[in-house]
Amino acid sequence: MTMSHTSGASSSSVLPERGADWRRFVVKLLHAPALLPAATFLAILIVWELACRLFAIPSFILPSPTRIVDGFGSIQITRWLDHIWATLRVAMIGYFVSIAVAIPIAVMLTRSAMLSRALYPIIVVIQATPVVAISPIIIVALGSGDAPRVVITFLITFFPLVVSTTTGLLATPPELIELSRSLRAPGMREFTQIRLPFAIPYIFSALKISVTLAVIGAVVAEFVAADKGIGYYIQFSTSMFQVQQAWAGLVVLVALSLVLFQIVTAVQRIWFPWSLPAGRA
Amino acid sequence: MLAQSAISFANVGQVFRTGTGALEALRGVDMTLQRHEFVAVLGPSGCGKSTLLRLASGLMMPTSGAVEVFGYPVTEPRDDIGIVFQKPTLLPWANVEDNVVFPIRHKTGRVSEQDRVHARAILTKVGLAGFEKRLPAELSGGMQQRVGIARALFMDPDILLMDEPFSALDALTRDEMGFELLRIWEARPKTVMFITHSISEAVLLADRVLVMSERPGRIIEDLPIDLPRPRGFETTNSKVMHDYVSHLRGLLLKRAA
Repeated sequence: MTMSHTSGASSSSVLPERGADWRRFVVKLLHAPALLPAATFLAILIVWELACRLFAIPSFILPSPTRIVDGFGSIQITRWLDHIWATLRVAMIGYFVSIAVAIPIAVMLTRSAMLSRALYPIIVVIQATPVVAISPIIIVALGSGDAPRVVITFLITFFPLVVSTTTGLLATPPELIELSRSLRAPGMREFTQIRLPFAIPYIFSALKISVTLAVIGAVVAEFVAADKGIGYYIQFSTSMFQVQQAWAGLVVLVALSLVLFQIVTAVQRIWFPWSLPAGRA
Repeated sequence: MLAQSAISFANVGQVFRTGTGALEALRGVDMTLQRHEFVAVLGPSGCGKSTLLRLASGLMMPTSGAVEVFGYPVTEPRDDIGIVFQKPTLLPWANVEDNVVFPIRHKTGRVSEQDRVHARAILTKVGLAGFEKRLPAELSGGMQQRVGIARALFMDPDILLMDEPFSALDALTRDEMGFELLRIWEARPKTVMFITHSISEAVLLADRVLVMSERPGRIIEDLPIDLPRPRGFETTNSKVMHDYVSHLRGLLLKRAA
């Protein structure tokens, strides 16, 4: 104990700089932005894999990570792309329709107290309706094709956008509204030059929530009725007890959501850096 | 004679309807600001000082009495009035120069190169040369308020209404900004209505201090400040200034007691 301690001390006195360098390297590594979460993730995967092998868990209960990777190979890449495109298309159409409807409605809600009283309860009722429960009804009513799936995606993404945009439009400092009035500017300009830009941070927080909800909406719709899409593929695979394939589909969905979320974040960072909280630009 | 006064209030009363009943903010306010006069309105918080400013600007109409600007009744906001608010309230997405030209962009939808040259000249005047392209978030509170003042000066208004513009700043910056405001005002005289709750600030800056009572607000004292101009840091130490301040403090304390 004493010996090793002494030798350690003497070696560090011979090469003091290298020892310090090494320690600094470890500290630096620990502070690298992506390293810690990546290491945690890897550790979970290893524990998962070991648990599956050690306890011989059947793959229809919980496939190991390596079995899931195998699951990717069960269909060809072009089929994967087909499924991804089907889900992505519905999610994106629903998302953009939702934006195109939600923002004008939010503007109307803030402009007229009467309209707000008339519309707001209806919007809350729409939000209170469980989308999963209403999906089969919508599919029956609108038939096959993208239309019912887009409507379902729309319903699930709509509410956060309306609420957040409305909050943002009302969060404008009253002094700026007074400034606008004191300049006797046209009413529309108060919206385009003051209220809407002020709502941008609020709109983006809703856009981030809604883009992942859009993927959920598309998948829910595919669960009910579809012959394509990742949601359909997951359901089809589980019905055949090919659980590792379903897991592969799930991984694809998570990746899809993350990529979409990052795209929205990047759009905000590039075009609206001022709308980010201080220090995140 | 009438044309001489820039702002005049005659027996002005203001009552707000609130959820819990009527709130009387002002009662029987009489006051006159002469052209190019610097008048400070001093009073405890919540006494209706800001209401006074909103009435003069035409953002609000009095419940009773008459408000006139340059001899005409105020019926709507006018182009020849600039307002500086308590908080700078700049547009966070626009750089300093764009914030200063904002009034013309907002009013007409266009900004000419000439407007930008004008804006840069004003920014130099308020000590912000070289900061034109910065975003508000990159500036200190004092610098942000300079931008707010530059924005109010942009349309070259005859009347400048200032609603406790320096109250959010630290004491040192506050004095500095006050002297700078005086320099700008002396170089290009305007009628200034300066709302404040700081006694020394009111005395230091103004030609005349109007003292308001607590709610419902009335003018309870009209005190001409006979201090030589230009004023500076040496003014703050003068005996005369000290006497004015202690007189006003006595007046406000007596009413508060």
